[in-house]
Amino acid sequence: MAAGTKVIKKPKRTLADQSFVVELVKGLGVTFKHFFKGLNQMRPGGPRPDVTNFNYEDGIATLQYPDEKRPYARRFRGVHRLTHRANGEPRCTACLMCSTACPAQCIWIKPAEFPVGHPSRGHERFPEEFVIDELRCIFCGFCVEACPVDAIRMDTGIHMTAIDDRGSFIFDKKKLMSIPSQDGDFVTSNDRPEPGDKNYGGITRLQGH
Amino acid sequence: MITGATFWIATAIKVFAIVFGLVNLGALLLWVERRQSALIQDRMGPNRANIKIFGKEFRVAGLLHSAADGLKMLWKEDFVPPGADKLLYQFAPVISLVPPLTLFAVIPFGPSIYPDNLRRVFGSEGWNAAAGYIPLHISVADSGILVVFAMASSGVLGAALAGSSSDNKYSLLGGLRAASQMVSYEVTMGFSLVGTFMVYQTLRLEQMVQWQVDHAWGIFVQPLSFLLFFTAAVAETKRVPFDAPEGESEIVAGYFTEYQPMKMGMFALGELVEVMTSSALITTIFLGGWQFPFLKLDGFHFELFGIAKPIYMSHLAVVIISALSFVVKVAILVLLQMQIRWTLPRFRYDQIMKLGWRILLPASLINILLTGVVLLFVNGR
Ligand code: SF4
Ligand code: SF4
Repeated sequence: MAAGTKVIKKPKRTLADQSFVVELVKGLGVTFKHFFKGLNQMRPGGPRPDVTNFNYEDGIATLQYPDEKRPYARRFRGVHRLTHRANGEPRCTACLMCSTACPAQCIWIKPAEFPVGHPSRGHERFPEEFVIDELRCIFCGFCVEACPVDAIRMDTGIHMTAIDDRGSFIFDKKKLMSIPSQDGDFVTSNDRPEPGDKNYGGITRLQGH
Repeated sequence: MITGATFWIATAIKVFAIVFGLVNLGALLLWVERRQSALIQDRMGPNRANIKIFGKEFRVAGLLHSAADGLKMLWKEDFVPPGADKLLYQFAPVISLVPPLTLFAVIPFGPSIYPDNLRRVFGSEGWNAAAGYIPLHISVADSGILVVFAMASSGVLGAALAGSSSDNKYSLLGGLRAASQMVSYEVTMGFSLVGTFMVYQTLRLEQMVQWQVDHAWGIFVQPLSFLLFFTAAVAETKRVPFDAPEGESEIVAGYFTEYQPMKMGMFALGELVEVMTSSALITTIFLGGWQFPFLKLDGFHFELFGIAKPIYMSHLAVVIISALSFVVKVAILVLLQMQIRWTLPRFRYDQIMKLGWRILLPASLINILLTGVVLLFVNGR
């Protein structure tokens, strides 16, 4: 026997084991215990554990899904939304980072320049159209990670629902901007002063840098 | 016994009640099994099938799933494999369903009814025995339990024929396994009952029940025989833990791999009916049949602490209580069989054979020997 080897003895097979009778009675004890417990819990008004919380109590563990739901975590990646600026315009600067990062290639953006004289002109663009195909999306959240200005978020808490025509799964800019976050707001708490704002600390084109 | 037209009408009613009842109870058992297994496994079981009446959903505790299953099976394509033996292929499901139904013909499910005396107390004043009685079992054959054996062993034909006629190697293997398993346990089944014949001195099931009413339940007289017969009966139903004929990972669905839903449903129904018939048999032979404890033909006779206090009841009430007690006993046994099915994992094929030939068969032979010795001493010869 090599050093450090632990010898595990094979349990003896007694007559009681081999006749199955004792073991069967033991097994029946276990299954009957669960059966009667379940029966008691299933009666109307029975003490069925609340399966919608995460306590994992003993007893019937079935979650009757569409009728009963477990709350999603706040970090749940739900349907996308586009955050707003203070003036109600989309925050997105049409940098195309998200559509580049998207592994499903389901984001399509048509960038446009701000008009001449607009403080943001030359700093950023804005999306004239912003489309996400929610059917192709795999809800990986890469777009959210990629976005430098926190313009696209998946904090709506909405589970993508079944819609019965494919066209309705193509979410356009208007639709994306109309979805609030799970707290009900359309902005993001991450502050970003725009060019032209008082607290804008960045350089401006006019300074000629 | 009643003769003539009344006899035939009564027989027709009994046949109809049993066939109709058993087939429908089979569907009910499907539900029972699903919900029971769910509760054992801390689940809820199927409960969402519903029927909409006036915009209101009725779920009936999931009972409708059986109906939905039946409907679904009915609408599936009825396809016969091109290489199959057409005739045998079509007949195999019938052959496996009919024997367990036929078997019920000799099982008494209540005491004899005296139709003219329903409101009187048994044997009291004005009791008219001359008008005849209706036995509450279909066949009054002297062969009794031999019919049971004959039918129980022809059940294997269905499985074997299904396996060999399907033109599929998995089916063939499943059929072979079914045949060898059922034949093996048939031997134990027969031998384990020999002890009870020796005690009861009869082959007729109604007389066995009568013996138990007069003396004691068979389970107390022949406990070993009960254990052996129960095991063999469970094995005969080809359900877990004795489900070697089927096996998803080895031979797909075994002998009914090639069968379309409705015919597969007949096999499944046959299995469930077999569960019921075996429970009814065990009830009849070992659990006093339709006897309710302390209930005699004229009412209750409690004889506790030396105080005899008879409560007389009308014949009709006694018959109803007796028949109900038969049903309850059978139901308990069925539930027990289901519980066992969801308790034990399946045996390996060689374990099944070992259990059958090396343990159960010798045990049943020993039981016969012991019974003979005991009877010799008891009868004092
Ligand atoms: S979640 Fe992933 S797949 Fe969906 S749009 Fe964003 S990057 Fe693309
Ligand atoms: S990464 Fe953000 S800012 Fe850039 S295009 Fe996408 S949403 Fe707009």
